[in-house]
Amino acid sequence: MTDMADFGVYIHWPFCQKKCPYCDFNSHVRETVDQARYGQAIITELETMAERFHLANRPVKSVFFGGGTPSLMLPEITGEICGAIKRLFSVTDDIEITLEANPTSVEAEKLAAFRDHGINRLSLGIQSLNDRHLSFLGRQHSANEALDALAKAQQVFDRVSIDFIYALPDQTTADWLAELADILTLGCDHLSLYQLTLEPGTAFTSMAKRGLLEIPSDELSLEMFKETQAHCKAAGFHAYEISNHAKAGQMSRHNLIYWQADDWIGAGPGAVGRIWSHHMPNSENDHETNYGRIETRCRKHPDGWLDDVTKTGSGIAEENQETPHAYAIEAVMMGLRLADGINIAAIEGKAGARHTWLDTDAVARYCQQGLLNEEAGILKLTEHGKTIMNTLIGEILIL
Amino acid sequence: MVPISNIRNFSIIAHIDHGKSTLADRLIQVCGGLTDREMKEQVLDNMELERERGITIKAQTVRLSYTAKDGQEYILNLMDTPGHVDFAYEVSRSLAACEGSLLVVDASQGVEAQTLANVYHAIDVNHEIVPVLNKIDLPAAEPDRVRTQIEDVIGLDASDAIEASAKSNIGIEDVLEALVNRLPPPQGDPDAPLKAMLVDSWYDPYLGVMTLVRVIDGVLKKGMKVRMMATNASHTVERVGIFGPKPTSIDALGPGEMGFINASIKTVSDAKIGDTITDDRRPAEVALPGFKPSVSVVFCGLFPLDAGEFTDLREALEKLSLNDASFSFEAETSAALGFGFRCGFLGLLHMEIIRERLFREFNLELIATAPSVVYHIHKTDGEMVSLHNPADMPDVTRISHIEEPWIEATIMTPDEFLGAVLTLCTERRGEQINLTYAGNRAMVVYKLPLNEVVFDFYDRLKSVTKGYASFDYHITGYRTGELVKVSILVNSDPVDALAMIVNKEQAETRGRAICGRLKDLIPRQMFKIALQAAIGGKVIARETVGALRKDVTAKCYGGDITRKKKLLEKQKEGKKRMRQFGNVDIPQSAFLEALKMGDN
Repeated sequence: MTDMADFGVYIHWPFCQKKCPYCDFNSHVRETVDQARYGQAIITELETMAERFHLANRPVKSVFFGGGTPSLMLPEITGEICGAIKRLFSVTDDIEITLEANPTSVEAEKLAAFRDHGINRLSLGIQSLNDRHLSFLGRQHSANEALDALAKAQQVFDRVSIDFIYALPDQTTADWLAELADILTLGCDHLSLYQLTLEPGTAFTSMAKRGLLEIPSDELSLEMFKETQAHCKAAGFHAYEISNHAKAGQMSRHNLIYWQADDWIGAGPGAVGRIWSHHMPNSENDHETNYGRIETRCRKHPDGWLDDVTKTGSGIAEENQETPHAYAIEAVMMGLRLADGINIAAIEGKAGARHTWLDTDAVARYCQQGLLNEEAGILKLTEHGKTIMNTLIGEILIL
Repeated sequence: MVPISNIRNFSIIAHIDHGKSTLADRLIQVCGGLTDREMKEQVLDNMELERERGITIKAQTVRLSYTAKDGQEYILNLMDTPGHVDFAYEVSRSLAACEGSLLVVDASQGVEAQTLANVYHAIDVNHEIVPVLNKIDLPAAEPDRVRTQIEDVIGLDASDAIEASAKSNIGIEDVLEALVNRLPPPQGDPDAPLKAMLVDSWYDPYLGVMTLVRVIDGVLKKGMKVRMMATNASHTVERVGIFGPKPTSIDALGPGEMGFINASIKTVSDAKIGDTITDDRRPAEVALPGFKPSVSVVFCGLFPLDAGEFTDLREALEKLSLNDASFSFEAETSAALGFGFRCGFLGLLHMEIIRERLFREFNLELIATAPSVVYHIHKTDGEMVSLHNPADMPDVTRISHIEEPWIEATIMTPDEFLGAVLTLCTERRGEQINLTYAGNRAMVVYKLPLNEVVFDFYDRLKSVTKGYASFDYHITGYRTGELVKVSILVNSDPVDALAMIVNKEQAETRGRAICGRLKDLIPRQMFKIALQAAIGGKVIARETVGALRKDVTAKCYGGDITRKKKLLEKQKEGKKRMRQFGNVDIPQSAFLEALKMGDN
């Protein structure tokens, strides 16, 4: 039996007031949502998962309300879900409970209520401090409105993270660095700074295909990336992940669960989970000997998901036992995003000898060429390695 | 038994698409060789590839029985010959087995270069030639113009050319009557020692090696022991038959007759085209003239895309060679491409056919290196070596001079493209021999070095003439050339599979062009890649493929894992289509694409 991994709970709230043109998450625009019914369904699904995967009293390190736009939820609903989590699992005082929020004035008014209903960390999607860029990104708030919302959030919550998108069409490095300088004065301890990516199925991607949108060249976005790292570092932030920067002790515990390939369950439409369990998918009986990592994926469409939960107690559409090899691939692919890198022996403990999943010759070669760094069993990307990590991990993994 | 005076042996000469196969089908149908139900389009082209390309690769015969207007019954043996210049020798043997030919010309298109070559072969073997103007019912048909063209270009009397349309069943009787009345019957002595020409041979998975023969003298009977005069091997004849067009067993083939035999022959290489078959106990004194062993003219390296398929490739080549003795192969090791085979072919089309068959019939994905001709390297010590792989070129200090094969090419083109054709030929070091007009078509004859033609000349010709030109060539001999080996270096290491031999004057231009193309063909990788072209130690061109600048996913959380994993798998899949050379991945297609000269 392997050491118990950190465990988190992800809740997906799939509704938005408007779909942003860059976003490829499972989101749906609805006039009205029967919040009580959805909230109850999420609780039902959590109960089912707790039972099915034998999770009673498992210590929960983090809860994350993502979306969609979970700040559109009624605070009481988040409270009920938090209550269910406390009831079903074991919860300590230092639990991190994050809510993603849009910085509109309406949502800002609800922040104190969210705090009173269990939320203790806010992730605010400001995205830009430039109104022209905000409108390009399809956001429903102005820069000033966002700054007001941030000020309120900072009064209410000890921990506030803010999200920005850069490397936008026509944005120069100087433009962005000026904006970043302002961001660094906002008094937040956690920053998520994403380069704009054209994700399949988004409005931006179809615009780009029609030649209506052009993202900055690799050269330019690389320059912006490097400058971003340098400026954040100078301001006392640690680039603990490719796009995430935190002051000491302020890393997102929840997201670390994903990057460290730990355990989490995901409830709500389209949510995915990964959990080490004795549960055997597609079988009536669970066996001690069948210890493995299960991957779950809930039905994406909110109505279909709701139907399934109502009928069967769960909206899980896919449930598979991951092979040890697939686990290793995930652990490397996600783990190398972290500045701390991966512990090869720890992955071996779960996935078997490294030569079955890692091309050690390639690793040695790329270490020598300055793309990777291996020290005391910890493998990390160098600064150069980070910038081309997709190609690089393709070269070192044995698929 | 039909007397020899009532036998007519003929072949059909035509350009692709001028209607040879349709006419053959129609003749078979009229003579009752097959019922309507059994007729499938183009009965004689057996191979899928033959049907698809409308070309004949192997010779075929069909025996027709025709009752002529004079009330007598005639045996008409139709010999369907390979239609391409690469198989010129096979064509000449097939023609030698007949006494006459139908020259089928599309009444709107006119004479093409390929037709011309084959007509000359027929004239060489003293054929009586009956011109047939096909597709006469098409609105664009210009029988008078084409008649004049046949007379001007070929020098053949076309005044009694038959106007026909095989497709619409016009003039078919006239064709059959002309065969009976205008072609001479074969001559032969049934009592003389057996002399039969081996016209073609192929491997039939059910019947073994099938040998197509034309009996000249004597009688070929089932059960007799025969001897191949060129190879001196003897075999027992197990079966004698004719194609009607279905194979049918008969007791014997007499003089003037065509048919097939099955004997105890293991592989087609034991049944050499052009060989003379005689009676082992009463052999003929002299063999039939004109036997030539087949010689490979064009070579290229074939390597399995997946190194694990080397054995499969060898087995496939062995199987194909059962059916085609005219291509050769031997194991080759390339530093860049691993284990493969150096294969020799009769010509460009032959090479293409074999490559395509390996892919279609054996499901093998291959990397083909650029084709090479055979150079004669005269060394300073007086030794001459035949070089068919640029990678094997000896050190320049040991070379006295190099000779390369030259061809005489005949190109026919609508005159509006003439300028472009002349430019192309000049670019390829061509020397003009002749330029004539027939109507609005020009015929140019050039001497060209084969190595300028072997690669993409035909593609370029098609491109500059919008597909209207026809092209034909034959090798005329060797000439000394100012030739150098250009090596291509990737990160300072020479890639053997990209080495080429070129004319010295063009070396720099070619080297630059190749580096330029490679730069576009090789995707950016983690480190920058230096590409160089060099003659010996002297670098004549260089390019750099810049390093990958940025390739990192900005956002990757729990919900993104599955998709990102799939992207990784796709990346790996793409890598499989590359050849690793040092640290550089070179796409398999680059080995051929890089050498194409393109429009510049």
